[in-house]
Amino acid sequence: MTTPISTSPAAGLPVPETPRQAGTRRATRGAALRRERRTGLTMAAPALVLLLLFLILPVLLAFGLSFTNARLISPNPPRFVGLDNFLRAFTSDPVFLRSTINTFVFAAVVVPVQAGLGLLLAVLVNQKIRGVTAFRVIYFIPVVTSIVVVSILWRFMYQPDGLVNNFIDTITFGALQGTAWLNNPDTALGAIIVLSIWQAVGFHMLIWLSGLQTIPEELYEAARMDGASVWQQFVNVTWPGLRSTMVFVLVTITIAALGLFVQIDVMTQGGPVNSTTTLVYHAVRKGYREQETGYGATISLIFFVLVLLVALVQRYLTRDKD
Amino acid sequence: MTAATLGERDVRRRHKIGSYVVMSAIAVIFLFPLVFMFVSSLKPDAQILSDVGSPRAFIPVGDISLENYFGVFDRVPVGRFLFNSILVTVLTVGLGLIVNSMAGFALSRLRWRGRVLVLSVVIATLIVPFETIAVPMVYWVSKLPTLVVEGGVLKYDFGWLNSYHVQIVPFIANAFSIFLFTQYFSTIPKSLDEAARIDGASWFTIYRRIVAPLAGPAFATVAILTFLPAWNQYLWPLMVVQQEELRPVMVGMQYFFQLNTAWGEVMAYTSLITLPVLLVFLSFQRAFVSSVAASGVKG
Repeated sequence: MTTPISTSPAAGLPVPETPRQAGTRRATRGAALRRERRTGLTMAAPALVLLLLFLILPVLLAFGLSFTNARLISPNPPRFVGLDNFLRAFTSDPVFLRSTINTFVFAAVVVPVQAGLGLLLAVLVNQKIRGVTAFRVIYFIPVVTSIVVVSILWRFMYQPDGLVNNFIDTITFGALQGTAWLNNPDTALGAIIVLSIWQAVGFHMLIWLSGLQTIPEELYEAARMDGASVWQQFVNVTWPGLRSTMVFVLVTITIAALGLFVQIDVMTQGGPVNSTTTLVYHAVRKGYREQETGYGATISLIFFVLVLLVALVQRYLTRDKD
Repeated sequence: MTAATLGERDVRRRHKIGSYVVMSAIAVIFLFPLVFMFVSSLKPDAQILSDVGSPRAFIPVGDISLENYFGVFDRVPVGRFLFNSILVTVLTVGLGLIVNSMAGFALSRLRWRGRVLVLSVVIATLIVPFETIAVPMVYWVSKLPTLVVEGGVLKYDFGWLNSYHVQIVPFIANAFSIFLFTQYFSTIPKSLDEAARIDGASWFTIYRRIVAPLAGPAFATVAILTFLPAWNQYLWPLMVVQQEELRPVMVGMQYFFQLNTAWGEVMAYTSLITLPVLLVFLSFQRAFVSSVAASGVKG
């Protein structure tokens, strides 16, 4: 059986298979592929089912419910009401409009200030001097502190006889008097802006820092060799190298700022006279506390559209770079 | 020549001292509210208020005791709240690590139909903030079927409100975790899989015995990035949990704070739930820092 093969012209080449053997191998390979496909789907399935149930479906539900009069607890099934909820938001709900304006004001201040301070801190803690890690850790501590804790703490500090007013009194020798920051419609949102930046800036410091550390040291050496000042090095080497980091930082701060909720809920409940109500706060007030799920979904959807716009701008900016 | 070098060294040294001064001043800004919180939690209310105007607000002096902490435990079941939060956090993070890493494995190393589509859907969902779906989701979970034991008989009922699972299940799968695992797993050479396949290992064995043990940093990053939001959950349990026995610490604290203007006890409560997280952070700060940096690369 074996002898003829060694003398055949095909000697040295791979042994030709009998049809049956080839069939078995193809079958095995086919079975392996099938198994791989099946296993792939099986292993991904738990995550996919959960994402479908608790992310994708609720997004679709936000769309669907916003055209209905659904209520959280109601014996009647939701009824289709067309664009009524949207009309109500834009024409007959002044609190919604106020919430939208407040949300924009909050984002308009927080985004540039928090991004800028974050970068400043990152540059400071990117120096190669001893003990710099300790400062990084300290600046990051508010980030790991719950925002609920931070809000309660700052509410105490903002009291008329609290830390902030006592501090102002001390450093100006009594020349300036603070106010009841959270009870004054002119200062409440500003006060919340300050503590929000204080809490979150350390996070973006770290993102900037990781961006800074990707810039090769040789570029700075070359710039110094050409006699560039510290400021010129920043403008010509650091800043161009941080482009994609900047887009990421701006987008994450914007989306987080548009979602402002906890600080409002703990500190002011939207007051005084709606000076601190926000889109998400209003959506929860209507959709959950007043049980108008349909209308709450409408407000959530409008918020979602804003987030999408921000994401599209990010897409545009990052594509521009390539 | 020497003078110039000395001058340069002088400038550098002055610059360095300047940096330390500025960084320390900023450190004070970040630390003083927390120092104030811990110090005040040890003082009686009257003293907290009288100390506010002086540096004594930041020093544990005067009538120092743990009275406020005992007060908190007397007034609310804070032990129960802590237990609830720990349970919810451990299960959300733990199950999340398993479910998301398996998905990441399937998406990065196995060929199956729909893989590319699924991956792009997962990436697309990254931009959906939880706040946009919170309200419709309350409605949704209030309709979901659930199993209950009533009088020794297993029945099914509708509505997930007021339970542990409503605080855990929706947050197990996480698009960003899946994304991080997929990224990390695709850096591990595929030749390892092939070798193991030839030895007759199943795909699940390859995941568990070969790929997962090599992906320690990815597991650490995902654990850290999902730990904080799980522990800090507020909006969701506020809406779906009314029963006091199921409340997590953050919501429990807000109720406590609303009923109570005894600042010393409020500070004791906030200190109590801040300290553990702070200790975890300080002991793993290197891992925290690199996890946050890793979250930045998604841009």
